[in-house]
Amino acid sequence: MTAALSISRLRKTYPNGMVALNGVDLTVEQGDFFALLGRNGAGKSTAIGIISSLVNKSGGRVKIFDADIDENFARAKSYLGVVPQEFNFSIFETPLQIVCNQAGYYGLGKALARARAEQYLKQLGLWEHRANMAQTLSGGMKRRLMIARALMHQPKLLILDEPTAGVDIEIRRSMWNYLTRINQRGVTIILTTHYLEEAESLCRNVAIIDRGELIANTSTRKLLETVRQETYVLDLDAAIDAKLLQKIQRETYTLDADKSLREFPHDRAERWRLLPPASLEVDVPKTSTVNLIFDQLGRHGIRVRSMRNKTNRLERLFLDLVDRDAARGDRVTAGGAA
Amino acid sequence: MNGRRIWIAYATIVRKETARFIRIWQQSLLPPVITTSLYFVIFGNLIGPRIGVMDGHRYIDFIVPGLILMAVLTNAYTNVSSSFFSAKFQRSIEELQVSPTPNSIILLGYASGGVMRGILVGFIVTIISLFFSELSIHNYWIMASVIVLTAVLFSLAGFLNGMFAKKFDDVSIIPTFILTPLTYLGGIFYTIKLLPAFWQGVSHMNPILYMINAFRYGFLGVTDIHLGVSYAIILLFTLGLFCLNLKLLNRGVGLRR
Repeated sequence: MTAALSISRLRKTYPNGMVALNGVDLTVEQGDFFALLGRNGAGKSTAIGIISSLVNKSGGRVKIFDADIDENFARAKSYLGVVPQEFNFSIFETPLQIVCNQAGYYGLGKALARARAEQYLKQLGLWEHRANMAQTLSGGMKRRLMIARALMHQPKLLILDEPTAGVDIEIRRSMWNYLTRINQRGVTIILTTHYLEEAESLCRNVAIIDRGELIANTSTRKLLETVRQETYVLDLDAAIDAKLLQKIQRETYTLDADKSLREFPHDRAERWRLLPPASLEVDVPKTSTVNLIFDQLGRHGIRVRSMRNKTNRLERLFLDLVDRDAARGDRVTAGGAA
Repeated sequence: MNGRRIWIAYATIVRKETARFIRIWQQSLLPPVITTSLYFVIFGNLIGPRIGVMDGHRYIDFIVPGLILMAVLTNAYTNVSSSFFSAKFQRSIEELQVSPTPNSIILLGYASGGVMRGILVGFIVTIISLFFSELSIHNYWIMASVIVLTAVLFSLAGFLNGMFAKKFDDVSIIPTFILTPLTYLGGIFYTIKLLPAFWQGVSHMNPILYMINAFRYGFLGVTDIHLGVSYAIILLFTLGLFCLNLKLLNRGVGLRR
């Protein structure tokens, strides 16, 4: 399969000596929906900046489809659409002007630009606002405007740097659906986000970058298989006494024949926590099940009305990985000035 | 990008730049009209008759070409420096940076925007000057070529300023402390023949002197400087600034981190 993006030994050292990227190798296949995750300052935005010619690299190579950005920058850029983290359009122009100008920068004629502007602004719910100054748009509208602008030249690779930051859940969901449809039409998408449920539900592959280095690069499914435990919140039909809870917990561990519930290396007391008014938070190792807990609660007449994951699985894994990486000790590489 | 696409990209930048200065006409077109009108009233009508004749012409007729050119070069310069810096400040310049538009086209597009504003302001000031002086044109071609070349040169200079500017103060320092003194000392209000030999020599180091004299020749047929020298200086500075800007743009100075 063709690579949509190939990065090899990518390095970036800022003039103040800060190493933002320290020899990153990354390949994103054509058609993929790929998540690039990392803490603030990990080097994600620097990497995106280099790919999109906004940051000078210190070393390494970047290839977008068949075009190396150093050797054939025009072709490389024509394949690429970028939705940056921060708003970067003139607030004194209208959405229609902004997207049509962007089309012009890619050499698209007026008629085609106008047709595509109508298409994308309508799809993203901005057509009614096409003649308003961009500064009057809401945060969510501005984010959607940047997506529309990035799509005007119909790129084969779309990079979105935290596209849903600061938008409400309804708009976020609609943006997820929209991006999924674009990906299904063959556009390769690379997404950076701090909402890890976003990456988990959208992306097939994921890479985690920390302190300028890749610490994970695999499929989302494989990565999630390495999650060691999950935390559930059980909403009970009535409040329970702390002593009763301890009793139930003790009985549960006694009955836990294969001791799978004890695999998690925390103190037992930390595993079950009462949350007022009538909820119970339980850590369950991946190797165990919640059936035993349900059985024991039921035996004491306690009914569970609903259950949910406390934290997103990818979020827990992400925190585990970056914490482990930090624990490996001091490194020469520091976080990037993204 | 092929030729047609490059042309569309160029036209888009020029259209955007033109729309920008027309949108803010109260800031871009009106002030030079008021300023030069005051010059015409004070220097031309009030002080001019007391001065009498300068280089064989009425004083008001003598200063009109210089005042027109001053408006042209100031507006060409400030249009590009402020527009390019604003684009950097708002980060809307990234729209161009991520696109396949060649850097030479970005430079030419912005410079053309400056030229458009410079010439439009020059045209308006010329119309106003007709209320105060009896304008005659000695050589249309020289007048037109000098005004365009000067606008190009100062647009490129403004681009250089915009590239290096890190804050809004940086785009006003050069016009205030360098451009205005050089313009006033470039022979708008006097012929350098009036100066002592030493100061005549110093004046020859001022590039604006060459432009004002060539432009005045287009109107009045008089100049302190040989026309060939004036054109050579203007073209040399224009070419030098274009190459310097392009080199800095390719290196991403002031743009890429």
